[in-house]
Amino acid sequence: MKLVTAIIKPHMLDEVKTALESFGIEGMTVSEASGFGRQRGHTEVYRGAEYTVDLVPKVRLEVLVDDEDAKDIIDVLVKSARTGRIGDGKVWSVPVDDIVRVRTGERGLDAL
Amino acid sequence: MTPLELDTGSTAWILTSASLVLLMTPGLALFYGGMVRAKSVLNMMMMSFGALALISVLWVLYGYSMAFGNDIGGGLLGDPAEFFGLRGLMTEDPEAAYPTMAFVGFQAVFAIITVALISGAIADRAKFSTWMIFSGIWASIVYFPVAHWVFDFTLTDDADVVTHTGGWIANQLSAIDFAGGTAVHINAGVAGLALAIVLGKRVGWRRDPMRPHNLTLVMTGAGLLWFGWFGFNAGSALGANNTAAVVWVNTLVATAAAVIGWLLTEKFRDGHPTSLGAASGVVAGLVAITPACSAVSPIGAIIIGLVAGVLCALAVGLKYKLGYDDSLDVVGVHLVGGLWGTIAIGFLLSPDSPAGLSYEKSGLFYGGGADQLWRQVVGALAVLVYSFVLTLLIGFVLQKTVGFRLTEEDEMAGIDNAEHAETGYDLGNLTSSLRGALPGSAPRRADGDIHHDEEATA
Repeated sequence: MKLVTAIIKPHMLDEVKTALESFGIEGMTVSEASGFGRQRGHTEVYRGAEYTVDLVPKVRLEVLVDDEDAKDIIDVLVKSARTGRIGDGKVWSVPVDDIVRVRTGERGLDAL
Repeated sequence: MTPLELDTGSTAWILTSASLVLLMTPGLALFYGGMVRAKSVLNMMMMSFGALALISVLWVLYGYSMAFGNDIGGGLLGDPAEFFGLRGLMTEDPEAAYPTMAFVGFQAVFAIITVALISGAIADRAKFSTWMIFSGIWASIVYFPVAHWVFDFTLTDDADVVTHTGGWIANQLSAIDFAGGTAVHINAGVAGLALAIVLGKRVGWRRDPMRPHNLTLVMTGAGLLWFGWFGFNAGSALGANNTAAVVWVNTLVATAAAVIGWLLTEKFRDGHPTSLGAASGVVAGLVAITPACSAVSPIGAIIIGLVAGVLCALAVGLKYKLGYDDSLDVVGVHLVGGLWGTIAIGFLLSPDSPAGLSYEKSGLFYGGGADQLWRQVVGALAVLVYSFVLTLLIGFVLQKTVGFRLTEEDEMAGIDNAEHAETGYDLGNLTSSLRGALPGSAPRRADGDIHHDEEATA
C-alpha cells in the first residue's frame, strides 16, 4: 500500500478531484497548506513598500492506494494538476505499513 | 450683526454634520484596523473608541471652554472656567441663528477624531492604559489650546464693541484654516511623528512582513471617512448656505483627484494601482482640501487634490529613509497633506471664493502677492512646532513613569490578547468557537471529558 501526496495550486483542486474520481479512487483527504519551491513566492506592494510573500497558498491532497494503482494515480495527478507554469507543485508516494478502518477495525487492503 | 432668529435649516445641518463627523472616528477605526496585522486589529480600533469616550467627557467638562471661552491673554487660550461643564449654555439665546449647543457638539467630534488620528503612528505596541492617559493630557494641553488659536473667532456687536475675544491664528494672524488643516491634521500628524519617535520601531520592523490584514475593512473605513468628511468640511460653514455647498463640491472633487494622483503614482512607480493606494488617496485628498475648501475654486480644489495624491504617495516612503516607524503613515498622509493644503491657500486663494470674499484677499496665483502665503506658513509652522515639542514631552514623561511601550513578548504574541484579552477573528477550525456546533464534533464538558451522545447502536 502507498500514500500518494500531491501539493497543487488551489485553483486546480476541482480539476484534480474530478480526474481522480473518474479514475475510481475510494477517498481522499484535502487540506490547505502553504510553502514555496523554486519559484520562491511572490512580491506584494503596500504604499510603495515591497513585501516578499514566500509562503504561497497551496492545497495538499492525500490518497491511500493499492501498490499496483500508485503509478497510475500519480500520472493522473500530474496530468490534471499541470498548468505548465511555475508553482504547479509536486507529487510523491511513500510506502504504508498498515491501514485500519476506524469504524469496523478492518485492516490492510480491506480498509482501503 | 443684525439680530437673528433661530435658523432651523442651519441648525439641522450643523447637528447632521456633527453626527457625520462622529461617524468618522469608527470609520477611522476600520481604516486603521484593516491596515494592521490580524493580531492587533482590536487594539487599533479600541484606540479610536477610547478617544471617543474620553475626549467627549473632557470636552463637556472643560475642553469647550478652553477652546471657545473668552481669551485669557494673547489669543493663546480660552477661559476654562467660563463654560465649565457647559454652564449657561442650555438656555436658548433668542437672537442666535443656531443653538450654541449644536456648535459645542460639532466641535466635540473634531477634538475626538484629532486624538484618534494620532493612534495610527503607534500601531501594535502602545499600552492601552497609557494611550488613554496620553489622549487626555494631549487633548488638554495641545488640542484645546490649538483649537482656540485656529477656530475661535473674535465677535463684535452692532456698535463694533468686542463681545468675545478669540485665538491668535484666526484673528491676529488671519491665516485661513476653514475646517482644520492646521488644528486637526498638522497637529495630529506631527504628534504621530513625535510618538513614533518616543515609542520606537516595532519588533521586526522592515524585517517581517507587516502587510495589512484586511483591505476590505480599509476600503470600508475610507468610504465612511469620505462620507463623514462632508460634515467636517461643509458643516464648518455653520449654516445651510452657499458656502456649505461650495465646500461640499470642493471636498468631493479634491478627494477624487487625489485618488487619481495616488493611483497614477503607483502605476508608474510600482506597476500596479492598489486598493490601499485608492483608500489612502481618499484620505490624502480630504486632508489637503480641509483647510482650503472654502478658499479655492473647484479647479483649485482639483489641483490641491491631485498634488496631494502624488505628494502623499511619495511621502509615505520617507519613514524608511529616515528610520521612524510611523506604522500607518499619519505623517505621510496627515502632516504632509495638511501642510500642503494649508500652504496651497497662499497660492490658490480665489477672490470669488467664500473665504476670498469675506477676507477680501486673493492668493499669489491670483495676483494677491505673498501676503496670505506667509500667514499660512506661519500658522502651519506654529502649530507644527508647538504640537511636536509638547507631544515629545508628554510621550517621554509617560514612557519614563507609567511606561508607554508594550513588552516585546506581548507585542510579538499580539497586543489584542495582551491588552484586551480578546482576538479579533475566530476562523480557525481547531480553536474556533464553532467547534462544538459543527456536525460530528462533541462539546467539551467543564471536567475536560468529551461528551458523547448515547450510542445509537444497541
